Amino acid sequence: MENEAGALSRVAGLFSSRGYNIESLTVAATEDPTLSRMTLVTAGSDDVVEQITKQLNKLIEVVKVVDLSEGDHIERELMLMKVRAVGKDRDEIKRMADIFRGRIIDVTDKSYTIELTGTGSKLDAFLEAMERGAILETVRTGASGIGRGERILKV
Amino acid sequence: MSTELTGAEIAVRCLQKEGVDYIFGYPGGAVLFIYDELFKQDKVKHVLVRHEQAAVHAADGYARSSNKVGVALVTSGPGVTNAVTGIATAYMDSIPLVIISGQVPTHAIGLDAFQEVDTVGITRPCVKHNFLVKDITELAATIKKAFYIASTGRPGPVLVDIPKDVSQQKTEFDYPASVTMRSYNPVTRGHAGQIRKAVQLILEAKRPMIYAGGGVILSDAAAQLTDLVRMLGFPCTNTLMGLGGYPATDKQFVGMLGMHGTYEANMAMQHCDVLVAVGARFDDRVIGNPKHFSNEDRKIIHIDIDPSSISKRVKVDIPIVGNVSDVLDELIKLIRARKEKPDRVALDAWWTQIDLWRARDCLKYDRASSIIKPQMVVEKLYEVTGGNAFITSDVGQHQMWAAQFYKFDLPRRWINSGGLGTMGFGLPAAMGVQFANPGEMVACVTGEASIQMCIQELSTCKQYNLPLKIINLNNRYMGMVRQWQQFFHGNRYAESYMDALPNFVKLAESYGHVGMQIDQPGDVESALQEAFKLKDRLVFMDFITDQTENVFPMVPGGKGLSEMILV
Repeated sequence: MENEAGALSRVAGLFSSRGYNIESLTVAATEDPTLSRMTLVTAGSDDVVEQITKQLNKLIEVVKVVDLSEGDHIERELMLMKVRAVGKDRDEIKRMADIFRGRIIDVTDKSYTIELTGTGSKLDAFLEAMERGAILETVRTGASGIGRGERILKV
Repeated sequence: MSTELTGAEIAVRCLQKEGVDYIFGYPGGAVLFIYDELFKQDKVKHVLVRHEQAAVHAADGYARSSNKVGVALVTSGPGVTNAVTGIATAYMDSIPLVIISGQVPTHAIGLDAFQEVDTVGITRPCVKHNFLVKDITELAATIKKAFYIASTGRPGPVLVDIPKDVSQQKTEFDYPASVTMRSYNPVTRGHAGQIRKAVQLILEAKRPMIYAGGGVILSDAAAQLTDLVRMLGFPCTNTLMGLGGYPATDKQFVGMLGMHGTYEANMAMQHCDVLVAVGARFDDRVIGNPKHFSNEDRKIIHIDIDPSSISKRVKVDIPIVGNVSDVLDELIKLIRARKEKPDRVALDAWWTQIDLWRARDCLKYDRASSIIKPQMVVEKLYEVTGGNAFITSDVGQHQMWAAQFYKFDLPRRWINSGGLGTMGFGLPAAMGVQFANPGEMVACVTGEASIQMCIQELSTCKQYNLPLKIINLNNRYMGMVRQWQQFFHGNRYAESYMDALPNFVKLAESYGHVGMQIDQPGDVESALQEAFKLKDRLVFMDFITDQTENVFPMVPGGKGLSEMILV
């Protein structure tokens, strides 16, 4: 969509006014600074998704809409997690982060901050694997997606 | 060297370039520079309303009756919030408007300044698009875009919010000759393959039905629709928004359909085997319960310029996205070129069935009544005006009776708030209609409840000598609310009685107009004749009508089209 003030609120407003659900939404400028690219995760029947696509296309600032889930695609989400890490837990948490290919990016004598990238379900699995009581804070970006192989979304 | 103009001058010059002859508005602090520029020229004539809601309704009536973009000008804060009802009304009915609003200076935005509201935020859900112009060098191009977006594709209102300092700053004026936007390219021509498929289905139909809505009016396709229907010999119904899209006096017209549609239109809609939907959107007041509608097996062809209108409430078989007028041209050409004709035998049997439904005479009412029946007033209005008047309406029972009993043969003659259902629309809309159509008969069919929602505009009518005829069907109730309370709420008429009504005759007179009260059925026709003879006066006609009259047929909310309550 056009990289203009207000474009994001038009998209968000459309979802709330028509009763659609936003599971996650990421947006940032692209290599062309006049354009932003948004990845929006939503759920609904085929009919609802068709309506959402049509309604998004009607927004003047939206340039192109693609349903990535219609074909092969890659999606990645970033999570930052701060955990309590003291005593023997420090090794255990480090091992767990390694298994999920997470990285510890900040350390204090009581905590680790772990960076983890992957699909939403991988992040969910990591959350499950960590001991609930140890988790101090998490923040997730929501998914960004791109078509696999030659599949390109270009204006 | 070219001279620099202020933002206010640029705004007015843009309006001139767009050929705007009337602009409806109300001044205030944030738009003072723009008003100053309007004052210095005479190409764009300003009409001063008495409330911003009326400014937008008037611009709306102007647009609906002329197929030009209507323009309104309001100030910041309450000017905008008052205008919102008008904007939402136009949005729901896809009416091309440009609304220019003043805003507090850019440096004050966000500081809770005097008369500040987040105009772009408040209006976002009820405009086709809106702009906040923070940079004066973008002002001219933005106004150009606003007119372009409002009038192309599926039309709609576009708002341009101009901060006061932007209207004061200076820059060179260059009005672009055209606009291209990579993110906005509305289609016009329909897909050729889809149109061919539609032709095949139409020619194979045994029980066809053509269902035409406001899209026919908006794309000026009444002539093509009439050609198509006559060529095929099919029955045709119009939605509330589509009235006049097909001549109502023609024998192939089966009346309006929907919640208060005719028995024959609703039954034919329910039982057809091929349905051609033209510029209509299967809304809840038209097809009732979509599940019930889908109980019958039929194939649906849907022509609409807005892809999101297709398969929204009802799944269709052949969608054709395009401008109704262009698609109908193509469709007619292809059907003419084909050797096959519609199945005459099947069609005759279908018409026999429709005529049986027609014989139910669903719009009958007590013509011998000693109390004025509202339906009779509309029938007499039709006779006295020869069917040639522009009719605006408010919302409620009177609106339905006007739609049922005034036989519109021409498009853009029936002006009402169909989608939003805005009481208070009728009088200001009629003002806009009269400005767009000087010398034509313009009547506002209203009720004693609706008319009071924008009654202050009687003052505007006096200032500009608008000879409107106000047909007030006064039953001392919010009639449609009362009807629902009678049918669905055990006759408990909660707050629907209109107490302490003004003396409308004196009220009209106090505004400098002619007032009449008519309470005998025998006087209805002569009073109307007398009123329409007063060609240069507004006449407020207060008809004291039957309090208990209901609108029939009626498809109760949530019910199916064939589940009508009949008289």
